Amino acid sequence: MSGLRILVPVKRVIDYAVKPRVNKANTGVETAGVKHSLNPFDELSVEEAIRLRERGTKNQSPMKVENILALSAGGAKCADTLRTAMAMGADRAFHVDVGDSPDGGPEPLTIAKMLQGVVKSENINLVLLGKQAIDGDQGQTGQMLAGLLGWPQATQASKVDIKDADGTVEVTHEVDGGVETLRAKLPMVITTDLRLNEPRYATLPNIMKAKKKPLEKKTLADFGVEDKKRLKTLKVTEPPARQGGGKVEDVDGLIGKLKEMGAL
Amino acid sequence: MSGARNLSVALRRARVPKPRSLLRPLSVCAPSPATTAARAFSVTSAANATKEIKYTSNAYPNLKRDPKFAEISADDVAFFKELLGAQSAVIDGVTADAADDIEPFNSDWMRKYRGHTRLVLKPQTKEEVSKVLQYCNEKKLAVVPQGGNTGLVGGSVPVFDEIVVNLSRMNQIRSFDEASGVLVVDAGVILEVADQYLAERNHLFPLDLGAKGSCHVGGNVATNAGGLRLLRYGSLHGTVLGVEAVLADGTVVDALSTLRKNNTGYDLKQLFIGSEGTIGIITGVSIQCPPRPKAVNVAYFGLESYDQVRQAYQEAKGHLSEILSAFELMDGRSQKLVNESTGTKYPLEGEYPFYCLVETSGSNAEHDMAKLEGFLEHIMGEGIVADGVLAQDETQFHAIWRWREGITEALSHLGGTYKYDVSIPLPELYQLVEDCKERLTKLGFVGDDDSFPVRAVVGYGHMGDSNLHLNISVRQYNKEVEKAIEPWVYEWIQKRNGSISAEHGLGLAKKEFIGYSQNDTMVKLMKQLKGLYDPNGILNPYKYI
Repeated sequence: MSGLRILVPVKRVIDYAVKPRVNKANTGVETAGVKHSLNPFDELSVEEAIRLRERGTKNQSPMKVENILALSAGGAKCADTLRTAMAMGADRAFHVDVGDSPDGGPEPLTIAKMLQGVVKSENINLVLLGKQAIDGDQGQTGQMLAGLLGWPQATQASKVDIKDADGTVEVTHEVDGGVETLRAKLPMVITTDLRLNEPRYATLPNIMKAKKKPLEKKTLADFGVEDKKRLKTLKVTEPPARQGGGKVEDVDGLIGKLKEMGAL
Repeated sequence: MSGARNLSVALRRARVPKPRSLLRPLSVCAPSPATTAARAFSVTSAANATKEIKYTSNAYPNLKRDPKFAEISADDVAFFKELLGAQSAVIDGVTADAADDIEPFNSDWMRKYRGHTRLVLKPQTKEEVSKVLQYCNEKKLAVVPQGGNTGLVGGSVPVFDEIVVNLSRMNQIRSFDEASGVLVVDAGVILEVADQYLAERNHLFPLDLGAKGSCHVGGNVATNAGGLRLLRYGSLHGTVLGVEAVLADGTVVDALSTLRKNNTGYDLKQLFIGSEGTIGIITGVSIQCPPRPKAVNVAYFGLESYDQVRQAYQEAKGHLSEILSAFELMDGRSQKLVNESTGTKYPLEGEYPFYCLVETSGSNAEHDMAKLEGFLEHIMGEGIVADGVLAQDETQFHAIWRWREGITEALSHLGGTYKYDVSIPLPELYQLVEDCKERLTKLGFVGDDDSFPVRAVVGYGHMGDSNLHLNISVRQYNKEVEKAIEPWVYEWIQKRNGSISAEHGLGLAKKEFIGYSQNDTMVKLMKQLKGLYDPNGILNPYKYI
């Protein structure tokens, strides 16, 4: 087997440190003017792809990485997310423009079908995805993609090891009370979990270089896919607000209040 | 980073909001316990938490109680109880035993200063403050005004038996005008409460500091607190529009203007800003608040020399102008200490003698990012910075700030620290650290093993405000080291027309060193003012000037 041609799908989501608010129409969360970032799990996949390459060039891995392709489906601003992925170390990027939507974008099956198309057209032999996006929290895309491609899959990876030049891969993931190690042969799908690695910062020189890396615009139709919805969001609501406490001026006030409530 | 990061990701499910302020340790911008010849050494409060705090009167044997002040009598206490009404407004240690209740008002949070007061008063209105002072002035009872008691120079605690006038019960937000952004509050409003109130109205308090959860707005104004937002929003001398204060004789000074412009006579409110409670007690403040920035970015650089740091600052001002909100300097040794104490991986691959943190805040993320990238491209292209990173999300944003904010904490893990909060003209700002290190090394104090008293000499601070924190980390208290530093460091600063206290004030700790930063005429004028507004000297005696 020759080198690794890795596809890393990434999603632009509301930054996890930001508290999302439900929109006025109760149809989704407010996205306008809210800070967005690269989905944290996808950040881990980008980092892992780069580490696989670094291990390859340092001859610590039996397989070299030929190419890392980052891909994002979403509105125009996904281009920023892809630049971040390229600043970290991805070689090129596809931006599939599906417009902005308040409900987390196309459904997992649509995305999986689109990725299937990309895998074929770009001759990909390893897909590294985050185990879930933190906006929709569906956690299905990786598994669906493996099913569509008929490839082996290893989910929630905490360690990825290329064993030989034939493309044998060992993936460790955490299970209740221990770890489980899986072995499969390329081509395969791996989804990433938190303990896999510690993503790097995008350094200034790499941010500059990323601007010159190729970013191609694509549409779903390029991969023969249509954005069909099987699910309809009926309503999005906030959890009930916590009942606030009251303040009392002094001990007398406290006693008065307790008497009022019948606690004394 | 991984621990915090993983935890944070996990916490997302619980939707825990994490405002940046909450992550700040208590010491961001007011980190240095002040220093005097007698007590220059500070250890972490955790280390000596069980030990009794030494009385200030024992630590400063030269200070004697001024016999002109009267002793508090039971009659005085009865008067105050009658005046203030509510039981919680008077903590009486004169006619009853209230030692435990009074202790928090007698000592400071650094556990460096401790007074002997036996009476704490908590008035709720300016009228009550006025009557209290009028009575004290007549009876010649000394008074210490006290806010959140978060000061670093011992200004807010009594030395002997001065009555503590604590303003914590004056805690109402009086008004806010969204159109002009003018906020009017009682002096006892906690800074963070004011800022949260403003956050709900898309505005921001133009002052931010580590002690924000405890300190009072009135105390901030009385001490002219500096902090992290000074570079962007200027000092309180500019943002405070009006002050309501009570003079020693009970006169209420109503200068609580909400106007930005008012050229009618002397601007007397300025006297109260930074007066540390020596000419009056501030009871209310009106302040101009800017709109809350919607987009905040942070970058972190490694640089090869102090000259390049200055160039980078110059370029940052030019390129980022109105969105530049912080420019912090950290030297390589300070970052090494953070690295050693937290075990966090450096943001940059190589090690550099200097690091800078640049923060921008603005209203439009794209516009800010375009500006920031233009700036980064320029300084990288010109070779001013050797390497750098730009935070791509909130996690990285907080992680990068930790490299600046974690310094004080890292130092406190290592033992004692001699801390100096100084202001020096930019060209020579860092020279103080170099010279100090050279001096101590020549004297044979600095070394890597335990036989040397000094572990490291580090410098960091608010570059944008020409404010340097010189910290000398020591393994143990050492009189000889202390003698080598003082008064050498003050003389060094004096030669460059710097300030021996940039943002922490004078209080008790730096009272005797004012001469290094102010000439005799200035000190004389200050004393005249003090004599004019507080002829009996009852307000915050033994301190300031």
